[in-house]
Amino acid sequence: MSRIRMAIAGLLFLLGFRRAQRARRRIVPEGREDRRTETLVILLLGAAALCAAGFVAVYALDRIPRQTQFLGLSTGLSFACFAAASILVGKRLVAEEEIKGPYPTEHEPEQEEVVRIVEESKDTFTRRRLLGLAAGGAGAALSAAILAPVVSLGPFLDTDRLYVTPWRRGRRLVDDRGRPFRAADVETGTFYTAYPEGADPEQVGAPLVVVRLDPRALRLPDGREGWAPHGILAYSKVCTHAGCAVALYRTPLYEPTSPRPALVCPCHYSTFDPAAGGAVLFGPAGRPLPQLPLLVDGAGHLRAAGGFSGPVGPSWWGVRKK
Amino acid sequence: MKVALLLTLAAVLAAPAAAERGESLYGRYCARCHGGSGSGLADRGPSLQGVGARAADFYLRTGYMPLRQPGDQPRRHRSILSSAQIDALVRYVASLGGGPRVPRPHPERGNVSEGMRLFTDHCAGCHQIAAVGGIVIGGRVPSLAQSSPVEVAEAVRIGPYLMPRFSRKQISDRELDSIVRYVQQTQSPKDAGGWAIGHLGPISEGLVAWLVAGTALLLISALIGRRARS
Repeated sequence: MSRIRMAIAGLLFLLGFRRAQRARRRIVPEGREDRRTETLVILLLGAAALCAAGFVAVYALDRIPRQTQFLGLSTGLSFACFAAASILVGKRLVAEEEIKGPYPTEHEPEQEEVVRIVEESKDTFTRRRLLGLAAGGAGAALSAAILAPVVSLGPFLDTDRLYVTPWRRGRRLVDDRGRPFRAADVETGTFYTAYPEGADPEQVGAPLVVVRLDPRALRLPDGREGWAPHGILAYSKVCTHAGCAVALYRTPLYEPTSPRPALVCPCHYSTFDPAAGGAVLFGPAGRPLPQLPLLVDGAGHLRAAGGFSGPVGPSWWGVRKK
Repeated sequence: MKVALLLTLAAVLAAPAAAERGESLYGRYCARCHGGSGSGLADRGPSLQGVGARAADFYLRTGYMPLRQPGDQPRRHRSILSSAQIDALVRYVASLGGGPRVPRPHPERGNVSEGMRLFTDHCAGCHQIAAVGGIVIGGRVPSLAQSSPVEVAEAVRIGPYLMPRFSRKQISDRELDSIVRYVQQTQSPKDAGGWAIGHLGPISEGLVAWLVAGTALLLISALIGRRARS
């Protein structure tokens, strides 16, 4: 009920009802106008807007030394200016009134009174539109500063480049010092990290985790025959859940009394089965770990025999459609 | 002269006695799962032939073995065996089929910063960078707070329970010295002062900062509000 009354009061207020009220006796005592403080408030709001715009600029440029410090400084200053402006408005500009006795609630005359109090409190402002504009500008700039980092979350419409990886048929697997992997050196019971030879190892699609299992224990999905020569398997090292490095390899010393081998992501414990084509055994990952087919060349080195079995890294819209 | 003669005699007599004692201890504590001659029993315990003194020393000194149930995860606790009994058992297991000896790491030759890099690459995924342990699905990852240098060196090569093992090609003995040195460092970290919060870094520190600072801010605002009202 009170909401409807409030709405009616607001409507009457908007329809120029206030003109009729003007004639009545004031509730709020007449305050004095203070143009100097007003100017100061407008300047502060402008400074807040400028600092917030500075944040967006620093964030967009992305190559300024000590960028983090500048980002913090600009947001901090922006908020500080906004806060100072708010304090000045509250302390110096808004005319105040004090109500003795209980605060009016849910009664129409009192509600009207509140509306009038709000209206009359603004009387001391001389440049209302300019003040409103400055406050709006500062608010908009601050909102832009808060929302700007969202752009970094990833490509918005064009997701094609997310499917690209450096792995091609024939590309050699090398370790972090660039030495090729010999198939004969890959042992069971341990795991290796491999990168594509002559490609940027920092790419999401580059790092692999390589393990060796007993070929008889493999249960790879159909169509992946010959993907694991001598039981050597290669998977993307980037978890399909949140993109962490799959850095844990659970490998039982004695399988009959222990859990079976698994690749585990330390961030949220997504657990993948290397014997079954990277299928998810446990955890929040929604897709299996992408497998890379391998071949052994004449020199006994490991090479890729093609591209991954699926898109690498955390999921995005439409990832399962391709 | 007489004493020396007696000592030699005692040593000669004691040597076979120790092996014999190792055998009887083996029969009492190990044979139920690992079989009478250490050849292993299917679904109970693996063969011990060829694992050597290295594995026996690790599993017995850490109290991992003897295990109550074959399917349990071995946990560190004080061994029910005395040090002399462990020595005898280690010698007996080594006699079952040779195998690697107990390693002798030299952490004093290692380099802490190289150790930290290697620990980050190979160990921290499970044991955490502060070597405090954690979980993998299916098992608990032990803390290294009480691990001796020899135990760390043994575990890296053996890969106990669910841990991967690392060959000399992956982690050389010299690199292993650095890892051991780093683990020692985590056991007695040099704190600059204040509350370490498990040495887990910015996440836990941030959490505590938010909780403590947030509570303080709430209290201050409540105080201001009370003052304004009165």
